[in-house]
Amino acid sequence: MTRNLDLEFVNLTKRYGDTVAVDAVSYHFAAGTYACLLGPSGCGKSSTLRMIAGHESVSDGSILLGNRDISDLPPAKRGTAMMFQNYALFPHLSVIENVAFSLKMQGKDASERKRRATEMLELVDMVLLKDRLPAQLSGGQQQRAALARALITKPEVLLLDEPLSALDPFLRIRMRAELRRLQRDLGITFIHVTHGQDEALALADEIVVMNDARIEQAGKTRAVFEAPQTAFVARFLGSHNVIALAEGVVAIRADALRINTPETARIRGSVTNIEYQGTHVALTAKVDGDQEVTALLSDKDFFGAPKNLGEAIGLDWEAEAAHALAG
Amino acid sequence: MTDSIATSAATVPSQESKHRSANTSGWLLASPLALVLAVFLVAPIVMIIAVSFWGATEWTIYPAFQFDNYEFLLSSDVTYRVFVNTLKYAAITWVFTLLIGFTVAYFLAFHVRSLTWQIALFLLCTIPFWTSNIIRMISWIPFLGRNGLANSALLSWGVIDEPLEWLLFSDFSVILAFVHLYTLFMVVPIFNTMMRIDKSLIEAAADAGASGWQTLWHVIVPLTKPGIMIGTIFVIALVMGDFITVRFMSGSQSANVGRMIQNDISLLQYPSAAATAVVLLCTVLLMIGILLRFVDIRKEL
Repeated sequence: MTRNLDLEFVNLTKRYGDTVAVDAVSYHFAAGTYACLLGPSGCGKSSTLRMIAGHESVSDGSILLGNRDISDLPPAKRGTAMMFQNYALFPHLSVIENVAFSLKMQGKDASERKRRATEMLELVDMVLLKDRLPAQLSGGQQQRAALARALITKPEVLLLDEPLSALDPFLRIRMRAELRRLQRDLGITFIHVTHGQDEALALADEIVVMNDARIEQAGKTRAVFEAPQTAFVARFLGSHNVIALAEGVVAIRADALRINTPETARIRGSVTNIEYQGTHVALTAKVDGDQEVTALLSDKDFFGAPKNLGEAIGLDWEAEAAHALAG
Repeated sequence: MTDSIATSAATVPSQESKHRSANTSGWLLASPLALVLAVFLVAPIVMIIAVSFWGATEWTIYPAFQFDNYEFLLSSDVTYRVFVNTLKYAAITWVFTLLIGFTVAYFLAFHVRSLTWQIALFLLCTIPFWTSNIIRMISWIPFLGRNGLANSALLSWGVIDEPLEWLLFSDFSVILAFVHLYTLFMVVPIFNTMMRIDKSLIEAAADAGASGWQTLWHVIVPLTKPGIMIGTIFVIALVMGDFITVRFMSGSQSANVGRMIQNDISLLQYPSAAATAVVLLCTVLLMIGILLRFVDIRKEL
């Protein structure tokens, strides 16, 4: 039933002394998925990634790739390749030598090394810069070189450790598109660690939200965003309000809220902040129980019936927009 | 008129005067070090070079400008033998200090995980430096002597039948002492360079399927080269200029350039000693110049 190159965690655990960094995590990634491990720093996502790569030993449980237990294999024998956060290019080698490094270690001859490394550099559009040293490259170029170096080993799973965090915002969006294109073209599994929810939403087929060494919620990106199960997930993914109501705690998307007259609305509050965002206006109100709620209104809606600071308003939503949260 | 210029300069400092004051403060800032170097480095060398052209008889030294000292030095067979011997000491010492120094630094930098232990072990390496060079050197003598600890131990274990003569007052003991004294000068710069190697490079090498030796040879050694070069310069300069170790450890049976100079000085033949010193200085500078062609150490400094 399980296809050959699926990646699976079975009770995967990492302990450092008494601290548990990853606590009995189980999950199954179908082959060819672009998955993001998302969470705040210290949630265990990087440890998980490093265990898959083989740079961190597995304390308990196992990692399966294509039904093969890879937990104790050396990094190069796992069928995974890692792209490091700081790219970890060898500073004394040129781009092409960096890319061909693993072939050199295998004892391949110079002409084959050159041919295959050039192919990889074509894939990431870096052929012209092949003789540069890493220090002579920009951040984006270093990242392409690191990608080529990781992909030349023909991995079944590519592991990316916060790959975009060192880039400026403009380049980040461009590289995002590029990563997505590469993954589609190669058809291999990408596991991408990030703490940025916008990055995860933009890239991933599946997201795994981690918190406190556990998986808080995982699944198809849209399913998770549409229906967060815990307050943590709702807050971490952003664009959600977590509101404690009489019937329990619910998550409601900021753009699902409507402004109404205080008398007829589900909840009442007073406007505390109005932020103009171009296409939208974010209106924050303090509602019963001293809670802050943000409604994202289209500019037309807001300026059709503008509100002022301190004004009493009512907030309304469709019944199905509210998702009850566990805890 | 002078007044008006002065006021205008004071109220609106011209571009030029601003530039000049920046220039002046630059010179002022550099001057203390320049002065120290001039008095303690340049002046003595100039003096030695000057004296190397002086003349000498058995009982006098007289200022002159003649090449007699160099002529005698460079036409003497002894000079070449002593220089070759000195280079031999330097080369062998270099090989051993490099091997030991690299290994120790590698262990400290990559195998000792916690910073506390790294610092503790590193300080341990420096403990021998709490005593003087001479004491560390002389302490070998009772150990290596004919009836010393080494020989009596080997005899009692039945490894040898009669005491080894070459343990003390030989090239062996000289090089042993050099290696003992100067290995730390190799450890420190190599350790320093290794600590700056990003650990993720080692992981990246492992990811690429490199074995431990391959990682060592293709990643760590190339990245440690500047440190190796600095250590090499230390060791070569120290061994080439040494005279006391050779004197004590060879029992005055071997010679190096330092001893040749020392001999001349004890005979009050300053011009000849100065000429030898100038030739030695040129040799060492030449060697360092050649070494620096291979590795750029500037980024390390």
